[in-house]
Amino acid sequence: MRAASRELALAAVVVAAIGGATAALLVAIGFPVGPGLAALWTGSFGSWYAFTSATLVRAVPLMLTGSAVALAFRGGVLNIGGEGQLLVGAAAAAGVALTMPAAAGLAIPVGIAAALSAAAIGGALWAAVAAHLRVRYGVLEVISTIMLNFVALHVVSYLVRGPLQEPTRVYPQSATIADALHLPRILGAGRLHSGFVLALVLALVAGWMLRHTAAGFRLVATGESPAAAASAGGIDVRSTTTRVFLVSGALAGLAGGVEVLGVTFALYENISPGYGYTAIAVALLARLDPWLVVVTGVLFGALEAGAGAMQRDAGVPATMVAVIEAALILAVVAAQSIRSRRQAADGDSYTLPVDA
Amino acid sequence: MTESSRGDEPPALALQDIDKRFGATRALTSASLRVRPGTVHALLGENGAGKSTLMRVAYGMERPDAGMIRVRGAAVRLNTPADAIALGIGMVHQHFTLVPVMTVAENVALGDHGALDLQRTSAELRELSDRTGFALDPQVRVEHLSVAAQQRVEIAKALMRRARILVLDEPTAVLPPSESATLLRWLRSFADQGNAVVLITHKLGEALSVADDVTVLRRGRTVLATPAANATTASLTDAMLGSADAGEQSTRAPAGSRAEGGPAMPPVFRAERVTVVDAAGVMRVREASFVIGAGEIVGIAGVEGSGQRELLRALAGRLPIASGILERPKAVGFVPEDRHRDAVLLDRPLVENIALRGAAVRHGIIDWGAIRTHTESLMRSFDVRAAGPRAPMRTVSGGNQQKLVLARELDADGATGPRAIVVENPTRGLDVRAAAQVHARLRSIRDTGAAVALYSSDIDEVLELASRMLVVYAGSVREAAVDRDVVGRLMLGAEPRGRR
Repeated sequence: MRAASRELALAAVVVAAIGGATAALLVAIGFPVGPGLAALWTGSFGSWYAFTSATLVRAVPLMLTGSAVALAFRGGVLNIGGEGQLLVGAAAAAGVALTMPAAAGLAIPVGIAAALSAAAIGGALWAAVAAHLRVRYGVLEVISTIMLNFVALHVVSYLVRGPLQEPTRVYPQSATIADALHLPRILGAGRLHSGFVLALVLALVAGWMLRHTAAGFRLVATGESPAAAASAGGIDVRSTTTRVFLVSGALAGLAGGVEVLGVTFALYENISPGYGYTAIAVALLARLDPWLVVVTGVLFGALEAGAGAMQRDAGVPATMVAVIEAALILAVVAAQSIRSRRQAADGDSYTLPVDA
Repeated sequence: MTESSRGDEPPALALQDIDKRFGATRALTSASLRVRPGTVHALLGENGAGKSTLMRVAYGMERPDAGMIRVRGAAVRLNTPADAIALGIGMVHQHFTLVPVMTVAENVALGDHGALDLQRTSAELRELSDRTGFALDPQVRVEHLSVAAQQRVEIAKALMRRARILVLDEPTAVLPPSESATLLRWLRSFADQGNAVVLITHKLGEALSVADDVTVLRRGRTVLATPAANATTASLTDAMLGSADAGEQSTRAPAGSRAEGGPAMPPVFRAERVTVVDAAGVMRVREASFVIGAGEIVGIAGVEGSGQRELLRALAGRLPIASGILERPKAVGFVPEDRHRDAVLLDRPLVENIALRGAAVRHGIIDWGAIRTHTESLMRSFDVRAAGPRAPMRTVSGGNQQKLVLARELDADGATGPRAIVVENPTRGLDVRAAAQVHARLRSIRDTGAAVALYSSDIDEVLELASRMLVVYAGSVREAAVDRDVVGRLMLGAEPRGRR
């Protein structure tokens, strides 16, 4: 249980650090600290409504993309392309939802399931491009996935001005999808939709897979040392890597689908305020554990929600919160590398062979 | 000095009475080397005799504890390779120091100072190619070159820095025979232009065919320095192995308590005319036939690049054979020499390192409780000292890591059928105590009926443990007595004494 109390202490430190950093930044750029922090709090955790309709609604895509990044990084795949996979997933879900025959009202769950499946498949296919480039040609996925983000952005941009544009052809957005295909809201939780349950379950399942299944262990071993995984474990590193790409892409794509069916109800150009990028912070802060992603996803959801409130109520630019998020990631990454270096220094008596 | 006309000329490179210690190990004791200008000088010695260390001293990579270095007659101090390069000494390491994605010209320009002028470098390279008959295209990326061509890039790097004394560390170990001959011819003509070449090798034939002079090191001392014309394969072998020592050693009883002279137990491995080809398509093992039985340690010996690496991997099932028949148990344990890279997950707990074996075929839910119990029992029976089965591998000492790897690799999945393990340099990087524990483990593994194939670059380690020996030389495998002299000669491609 000492580990658990250490986690709690860490969480307290993180929250205190966010408060402190925000206060310091507010002072630095000349805004009153009191109202700024108050807005950050009321906009995120201050009321049940703020918590559910603002914080948790934003936490849903962050939990999904955060799990996607955590799985990928654990498997040795530096998937920076969550944003692109999310956008393709959103487009796929919108495409399916909009072309669904109106008569399908009888089978609402089927319609939703079809749209969400399309989102997952779209995201996985988008990631498959990077997977193929890496496994077949050795192209670094850090480069290919980030490039594919821009391609995805332009694909969506084209879709909302072309094939998927709303019927009046005025606005760069798709038509609104039928009410029947909206994700049902969670009773008593404001605008929070059932995508939250999906994200929660998938994060829990992902964490459980990593801990308890043979496939999850293959992923971890491959990520830790491909050479040892292949030599000592007999693991097919290429196929494991490909699967990691696909699963990660599917989760990110699903985030896009859930946004479309649960929040925006249409495809827009800027449907994501960079969830796919924030996901990297979410996953790193969770130390690449999907279970902890549930917590850090909510934390970053709160930051996003609170940032909006700060801008609205206290006139503080929302970009300031992005600065805090970045500082937070740097602090976490630094703390982790210090810790692992300390571990490496302890009791490692490996000596270099004297080669005469 | 055979030619009196050259007797007055100062040696191109002279190392006199060099001492060098690494901790408690004396790598060099009063070692000397005189390289005359216009000659190819072969530096011979077994693994660990001090050849590489001596040349690292000559290249400014190691500072000697005592002794004198002279270049063209002048006493010099070499603190860094840059000092050596400035004096016209160039070195071609066994493991190349090239950037694969860069072109030949870029690699050559890499060590230059000042402005980068690739066109000038390319022009100079072309000029060098014309002058020396050294085919190199400056615009090709190094990763697209053959090993032989990459080696030419290394040589070109040295030549572009005006090297007049060229040191090559086992240059032919990585080359197929035809390329070796080309390289040696080129080195000969380079020396004939008034330059000097030091060729580190343990191939006697090579030394005798190309070199003018030969120096032999044994255990850090210069034991023979002679014109090649006065040397024979036999005299060189005696110098390398130490004829006095050899007499003593061969009277020692073979270490193996079981089989003497032949496989006693039912064969576990049976190879019949097995041929192995490496990833680059070079034949590494040629028509090898042998058996390894249950309850014996069979030692495998060979100088680097002889094919033993591929032979071990074929036995372990990590490399497919090209032709022939290889009967082997389904699950063969493998302890690779690069433990940190190929055998363990350093940042994961011991339990997961045990679970690594068989990870490819396991499915569904992993029973970690059972694996943990199993890990604990393996830790007990192999005396692995660690904080517990959940301790990260990194926090465990090298000796205990190796014991855990041995325990895991011996652990045949079904527990039925013969157990077999292939072990490569098992004590590399371990201290004396840890090495002794690993040796004890290997013996007890043998005593419980496992078949063990053991290779170590330290031949004495193999001889101490093995009850039979297989010697690999240039891809051919033959059985030998457990005798330092016999094995040493076969490793060098010479016939054992009495059979000549």
